[in-house]
Amino acid sequence: MNQQTYTDIEVKDLLSTASRMKDAGQRLVQICCTKLPDRLEIHYSFDKDYAFTSFRLTLKDNSTIVPSISKVYWNSFHYENEIHDLFGIKVEGNVVDYQGNFYRTAIKTPFNIATPAAEGEKKS
Amino acid sequence: MGFLGISKTVLKNFVTGPVTERYPFVPKNYPAGARGKVDIDIAKCIFCGICQRKCPTAAIVVTKEPKVWEIDRLRCISCNYCVEVCPKKCLALNTKYSPCSAERYKDSFAPEKA
Amino acid sequence: MSERTIIPFGPQHPVLPEPIHLDLVVEDEKVVEAIPSIGFIHRGLERLVEKKDFIDFVYVAERICGICSFIHGLTYCMSIEELMKIDVPERAHYLRTIWSELSRIHSHLLWLGLTADSFGFESMFMQSWRLREYILDIIEETTGGRVIFGSAKIGGVRRDISPEKMAEIIKKLRGYQKDVRALFEELLKDETVKHRMKGVGLLSKEEAKSLGAVGPMLRASGVAQDIRMMGYASYAKIGFEPVVETGGDCFARCQVRARETDASFDMIYRCAEQMKEGSLDVKVTGFPNGEFFARSEQPRGEVIYYAKANGTKFLERMRVRTPTFANIPPLLSTLRGCQLADVPVIILTIDPCISCAER
Repeated sequence: MNQQTYTDIEVKDLLSTASRMKDAGQRLVQICCTKLPDRLEIHYSFDKDYAFTSFRLTLKDNSTIVPSISKVYWNSFHYENEIHDLFGIKVEGNVVDYQGNFYRTAIKTPFNIATPAAEGEKKS
Repeated sequence: MGFLGISKTVLKNFVTGPVTERYPFVPKNYPAGARGKVDIDIAKCIFCGICQRKCPTAAIVVTKEPKVWEIDRLRCISCNYCVEVCPKKCLALNTKYSPCSAERYKDSFAPEKA
Repeated sequence: MSERTIIPFGPQHPVLPEPIHLDLVVEDEKVVEAIPSIGFIHRGLERLVEKKDFIDFVYVAERICGICSFIHGLTYCMSIEELMKIDVPERAHYLRTIWSELSRIHSHLLWLGLTADSFGFESMFMQSWRLREYILDIIEETTGGRVIFGSAKIGGVRRDISPEKMAEIIKKLRGYQKDVRALFEELLKDETVKHRMKGVGLLSKEEAKSLGAVGPMLRASGVAQDIRMMGYASYAKIGFEPVVETGGDCFARCQVRARETDASFDMIYRCAEQMKEGSLDVKVTGFPNGEFFARSEQPRGEVIYYAKANGTKFLERMRVRTPTFANIPPLLSTLRGCQLADVPVIILTIDPCISCAER
């Protein structure tokens, strides 16, 4: 349907990549985190003229500190608050930091824990 | 210059009468394809349980012994999936909705004993 | 410098029945800053993919939002179809386009009513919702549901529209189009409305781009970006031009939506003309594998569905980025420096759908 490119990046290259994309006039489409059995993946997606580029950041667990790109893309602040609240990703230097109060969930980091019910149903 | 441009429409409404239906007094006509509640022709049902497995909200419970077909009316989302998968085509969607209720209830159907 | 006060706005507010809370920092009557907080109704629907298999999840996706329900379901289907390399039949594409555009018309009419209500134009609210009801009737006749269409499924569509029915609908729509056009004209030509909306909530082209605005918010600032240009469903075949206005204020956003609604009617006519007989769906076998970002244009802007599958019945991750979520930063930027009385109007011109944003 449409072109999509995925590139793997390291945590240290994140800010430089974001600045490069900003200079190229790319629009920040979204940031999304995925919890996999052995790792966490964060996708930083950009778009220009309907060409979609996504950078994949792979973390072993949520103890790694991820720099915030909100100084480059101001609108990233709510995506970063979201991944912090739902997955417990430590984001450093967010310009609008809600300190974990963006989503007021009863369970902290609800997307980063395995619910027993979900596990049970998968097996059956 | 536009002032009170809507007054034409408003004045027209005075003569055309209300567009709303006086619902509880005048019965509502549902269009032919409306998705209401699920009806079953229990005599044709073979109790295979496909509808129970396919139901996305687990509203249908089929027991083979004794033969009972049950549906939780408040769980059912009238998605038409059970009607599509039924091998004997004994399920059908009625255009009318199931009646309101303050608590959960199940409709059970069992074939008449021959 | 005058004293600063913080005025809470929402989640319960007469003009905005949406669960968003804004702390408005005001100096006299001027808003200096707005701090949003959402998360009142976070339902965690994204994690439900671990319990619902990929075919059943269409129903969940459709229920994320009550207004753009069909396009949510459609985009979810598009993401899975791409992963499974399913070729959707031509007729299904056309039907999907027709339903997408019907839902756009009804969403824009709903928005028109709410916006008119936000500045006290109540007869406009009544009129637009009356017209919306006719569109909903068409939707109910063709799909069986008024708001939850339930007609998109992986590999095609569930229902067909017969040629006779289609001709009847087109005839009705041509009549409604005149009414809708007249209604928008009444809004856009009214001096009071102009007075209330011109120059309010300005968002420049640069800001709109850099803050990641989507949908009518972006197009009202002069950026011609519409995901329908990518030609998903049958938009490539029926021909599509994005609607662009350059004003960047609340009034321009109204103009964009007015013209878009009109264009939607025309697109439905073109679909009906070009549509040929054919099958509605293809059989789905196997399980999805891989990852994909599906994008489509909702009435409120671009929606993104990210699906990551591992070759089993259950997806590993489903992520939805709804247009309102992306439109919050531009909203905060437009609120800065506005008058307190204009806040509801500005918020409503982004067409917020917070329950959709929180999923």
